[in-house]
Amino acid sequence: MRKLLLIPAIGICLAAPGFAAAEDTITIGMTVSQTGPLNVDSVAQLRGAEFWRDEVNAAGGIKAGNKRYKVRFVTYDDQSVGGRVQQLYTRLIVQDKAQFLFGPYSSGLTATAAVISEQYGKIMLIGGGAEPKTYQLGNKYLFQCITIADYYLSGAIQALKEKNPHAKVAFVYSDDPFSKAVVAAAHKQAVDAGFTIALEESYAPSTTDFSPIINKIISSGADAFLGGGHYPDGATLARQLYDQKAGLKYVAILVAPDSPKFTTLGPAALGVTVPSQWEPQVKYKPDFGPTPEQFAKETFAKTKVEADYHTASGYITGLLLQHAIEQAGSIDPEKVKAALDKTDVTTFFGHDQFSTDPKSHGMQIGHQMVLAQWQMKNGKLEKEMVWPDAAKTADLNYPLH
Amino acid sequence: MIGLLASILDGVLVGAVYGLAAMGITLIWGVMHVVNLTHGAMIVAGMFAVYLFVGATGMPAYAALAPVIVGGFLAGVALYWVAIHRMIGQPPLMSLLATFSVNLVLIGLGTDVWGTVLFNVPVSLPGFSLGRYTFPGTHLMAAALTAVIAGALYFFLYRTRAGKAVRAVAGNREAAELVGIPTTRILALSCGLGVALACVSGALIATLFPFTVLSGDAYQLKSFVVTVLGGMGNPTGALVAGVALGLLEGVATPFMPVSWTLVIEFVLFVVVLIAFPGGLLSVRLRRGRKPG
Repeated sequence: MRKLLLIPAIGICLAAPGFAAAEDTITIGMTVSQTGPLNVDSVAQLRGAEFWRDEVNAAGGIKAGNKRYKVRFVTYDDQSVGGRVQQLYTRLIVQDKAQFLFGPYSSGLTATAAVISEQYGKIMLIGGGAEPKTYQLGNKYLFQCITIADYYLSGAIQALKEKNPHAKVAFVYSDDPFSKAVVAAAHKQAVDAGFTIALEESYAPSTTDFSPIINKIISSGADAFLGGGHYPDGATLARQLYDQKAGLKYVAILVAPDSPKFTTLGPAALGVTVPSQWEPQVKYKPDFGPTPEQFAKETFAKTKVEADYHTASGYITGLLLQHAIEQAGSIDPEKVKAALDKTDVTTFFGHDQFSTDPKSHGMQIGHQMVLAQWQMKNGKLEKEMVWPDAAKTADLNYPLH
Repeated sequence: MIGLLASILDGVLVGAVYGLAAMGITLIWGVMHVVNLTHGAMIVAGMFAVYLFVGATGMPAYAALAPVIVGGFLAGVALYWVAIHRMIGQPPLMSLLATFSVNLVLIGLGTDVWGTVLFNVPVSLPGFSLGRYTFPGTHLMAAALTAVIAGALYFFLYRTRAGKAVRAVAGNREAAELVGIPTTRILALSCGLGVALACVSGALIATLFPFTVLSGDAYQLKSFVVTVLGGMGNPTGALVAGVALGLLEGVATPFMPVSWTLVIEFVLFVVVLIAFPGGLLSVRLRRGRKPG
């Protein structure tokens, strides 16, 4: 009898290491706007982050020294509300024991999350918060992976200057932290470029009818429009500018036109330019990770949704964290932070480098925006890169009217 | 000068549609003293109805209005039986909470099915121009159809037996019961009409602007403001107030930052509440004498 029991006992002892040694795991916490007005872009960002996670886990996990760590996400729905972000990031840190954090989508929510992450000394990488003020508060553990708002419209202004150095510009933008920061900087850049500011006004984010504003734009004699906000208002602006035949020669709208869904506007989408953190046609040569073409192709194959810059920014937060851990050879937060501080790399997303100046620690100082425009190609609306010259796939259509 | 005229005309055209939306809320309040917080969701339902109709049939968006009105009416009757019937006679907070709950369910379902992506109903109608200013044909058509629907509602309420019954119930439900009017059925009918108005106004709004599942909130808020301005329970007042609000937006915008428009609207709202608690046009739907 004892000999009979010995055989299974030996079997269990041999198998035990497989059962007992649980996989080493890194827990990354984040909130996602699964509901609320920020849903579209936030979910796109999550899609990119999940794609990165799945790729890393399929390759065996992140290598840190002699160990490999699988990545586990803990996510909650912040409902696009700042109050929820505060509660949920505290929960992610205290209850869920997240070792690293990814930021929520939008500058407003990022600013709220950053208060919590800094309070607890947790590294947080941001793929969707461009307002610079958040990164000028003496943070130590916050790392911005995308271009700051100050440069969102730089490309649009440069591209316009090449066509019309004496443009009369109307800035009309949503009254939210991100859009205000973009236009505040763009105003200075436009004046420096020699443009006349014909109109500058903000609108409430809940605005549904832009007819009065568009009549004001027409009255001002502006021939170029720069502004917008986020998704619904940007698309409504584009439609109404078209319906009311505003006669503008150049239209640059933030965020909304980057979405593949912008084509539902039909002819109203034609000619609209959008500043973008990333487009599939960019030609960056990465130091590591996928090429832009590979990323675009594999994202579509996996998610059945075309990659946009929100998806790319979700992926890059994971890729840069992975790179820092691998460089540090450890998941110790101080070592990873030191590695992030030293980051100066080119990936499919472009050049990324974080400021180490204590006054702006973690602010992105390497990445550049590109400018895309919706153009007709073979009878179909396609987004073409029109600026900078080094990256463009088509010339800018100017004037529109 | 032309710019100001253009702004005023645009404001009036779009304001008429807001007035139509508000007529739905005010009708339901006038008859059964229920604040219908599914109003925004029903506006969005009308938007999606026209979008799906156009996608499925390829017909012009305006052909969807009749089915939207019928569908909205049936949805309103269903809403009455599901969420409102047992709340009649209860404190107003009960019906408010009941309709709010239905609203959350509808928005949650909508978000689950469609997300919050943008939808657009492509409509192309020739407009007319005044100098550099263009009045889209869609705005003109929406205002014209609003006038037709409002006229149809007026005819129904003041020239038909059923409409008389609605007004009787609004005036005094007990007295209406005593003369043999089936008041419960009339309440359901009124709810159906109110929701039909919300749905058809959503359908018209969808021909003007792109929309998402969450678009209803902004129009619901505007509807409440318009309802109070026009007088609770006064459908004509709601339409007039909608036009007036549009006119205000049109007049104010050329002279001040656009972001002040909301401030002015709500200041006006508060002033009206204080000075005219019954609304600017406080002739009510009900015309019965109060029992002595």
